[in-house]
Amino acid sequence: MAVKDYMRERFLPHIWCAGCGHGIIMGNMIRAIDQLNLKKNDIVVVSGIGCSSRMPGYLDFHTMHTIHGRALAFAMGVKMGQPELNVIVPMGDGDALAIGGNHLIHAARRNVDLTAIIMNNSIYGMTGGQYSPLTPTGKKATTAVYGTDSKPFDVVALARGAGATFVARTTTYHVKEMIDIMKAAILHKGFSVVEIMSQCPTYYGRKNKMGGAVEIMETFQEKTVKLGSKKAEADPELMERGIFVQEIQPEYVETYQTLIVELQEKAQKNRGNRKGKHHE
Amino acid sequence: MKSGTTFIQGNEAIAQGALYAGLQFFAGYPITPSTEIAEILSEKLPKLGRKFIQMEDEISSMCAIIGASLTGLKVMTATSGPGFSLKQEAIGYAVMAEVPSVVVNVQRGGPSTGLPTGVAQGDVMQARWGTHGDHSIITLTASNLQDVFLMTVEAFNLAETYRTPVILLFDEVVAHMREKVKMPERGEINVVERLRTSVPEGTNFHPYLTREDGRLPMSDFGGVHRYNVTGLVHDMWGFPSNDPKVAYDLLHHLVDKIENKADLLARYKEHYTEDAEILLISFGSAARTALHMVEQRRQRGLKVGLLELQTLWPFPRQLVRRMCKGRTHVLVVEMNMGQICQEVRKAVIRPERVYLANRFDGASISPADILNVLNMIRGKGV
Repeated sequence: MAVKDYMRERFLPHIWCAGCGHGIIMGNMIRAIDQLNLKKNDIVVVSGIGCSSRMPGYLDFHTMHTIHGRALAFAMGVKMGQPELNVIVPMGDGDALAIGGNHLIHAARRNVDLTAIIMNNSIYGMTGGQYSPLTPTGKKATTAVYGTDSKPFDVVALARGAGATFVARTTTYHVKEMIDIMKAAILHKGFSVVEIMSQCPTYYGRKNKMGGAVEIMETFQEKTVKLGSKKAEADPELMERGIFVQEIQPEYVETYQTLIVELQEKAQKNRGNRKGKHHE
Repeated sequence: MKSGTTFIQGNEAIAQGALYAGLQFFAGYPITPSTEIAEILSEKLPKLGRKFIQMEDEISSMCAIIGASLTGLKVMTATSGPGFSLKQEAIGYAVMAEVPSVVVNVQRGGPSTGLPTGVAQGDVMQARWGTHGDHSIITLTASNLQDVFLMTVEAFNLAETYRTPVILLFDEVVAHMREKVKMPERGEINVVERLRTSVPEGTNFHPYLTREDGRLPMSDFGGVHRYNVTGLVHDMWGFPSNDPKVAYDLLHHLVDKIENKADLLARYKEHYTEDAEILLISFGSAARTALHMVEQRRQRGLKVGLLELQTLWPFPRQLVRRMCKGRTHVLVVEMNMGQICQEVRKAVIRPERVYLANRFDGASISPADILNVLNMIRGKGV
């Protein structure tokens, strides 16, 4: 199907600024879903608050736009309620790692089968350009007029450390790679974290004199390399892209289902035993 | 669950009531004095093929039940004071997105950490106004465990009927005491199931288009209708809108669907009210003390009665106004600084006749506490 067949055209135009990277991510998410031949009725997209979180509204799936930072907690309930559904959770960098940091690490620890897409544009866009926990050190924002004073999270290391069983990073420049990673993340049975570097020319780009969308995307090309490339060893400033973690571990909801089956079988056996005694 | 007579704790009566009502998913976080509810359900739910999760905090527990409710399940969370504060934003989301859900708050002393093991009824106003913005909400309470069971079932019924979060506002004494409860047979108490849309696949389903009877049929996530749910002001499609007309209509709908039904939603009990010259109004464990006092005074010939409120919100204004009419004195008995007393004063014709007998120090109110106030207002001194 065409990309537009997955969209609610009634709800367009979208709210994103010209040059924003979030549309690229939305388009690629649709392409990944299309290539995987998933049914629309089997997909739930749950978001929090922020520019990124407006994505579900435009998509013709079961969609939920919730409260700031808590998308993964709502998604947890959806997944436990209907485990057969594919639950995708697009989040912004502030949404996922500042106010929502606790839910991210616990979803990773439980290894619940959700796909977390962290759309990292290094800024709070919806509120007008404040720094986030992913804003690189020294960069400017409306609440960091002298430059940020602390280190950003390394999402890959954080997700891996918390127990995520699929961890990947890519950028809006690397479109083909993004589609492949999204497909692998959606198919992965367990908690998947995909960090996608996205551009915010309106706030982050302008505040830091980085040029327009094209210029920022070019930095994604120049300052990142494929995972395991020799260039990264030579230059620690380069950021690696690719799939960092991909392993199979017991999944939370499946494990709980197994417990239910065990308990019910045990109860049935006990009932059987009691009946047997009665006949004696 | 077996029917028959049992001797159980208040928190277990809540858990049993929820199971009777068809609870399918519970998410919670440990907090005194409500923890037993989570403990009991963690054991019982998986045995019944239903689900329990201990979330990472109070906020995520509320969020998780909303997510699960949208997949078609009956859901509940349970907490106490500080946890109830943390849940407020997500409760507002459930109000706005009209998601059926039940939230138990076993009250303890506050504010802040307060008196974790002390009894209090200080969250009455928080249950009504804890989340921001104009809205309405249903809040039920009870004073004995048979009624705790009944009100818990009722909470699920009202949550499904009105597509709203319902607060079960119990207190530490009721939750931790043990009492005889007669477990009803299946079918003995009415259990309301979710109203699902009859709109067929391929036809437009409007998740927020109110039916003529005021109800909004739902469609489960994963079903044939795909729609948007948001905490933003939204139109009949569930899509965000800034249109003042849309905002006006939505807010009116959210408030009116409950406030206009205040009489219908009023659950209460009358004890010795018919000929009472003095009327006591109370709820929760304070109503037990009030009833004791009434029975004691009746033996001495004092014409005193008790109106026990079980619906706190929407406040049963008409009922209270009618019941207070013609009494010489009205005495509100509660364990806070007068939260229901204020509402009673607003409701009655003669607010100057409404007095307060209260306690808010973590100790249970005693008959003597009430008697002292009663003697004072009758001019008999303390």
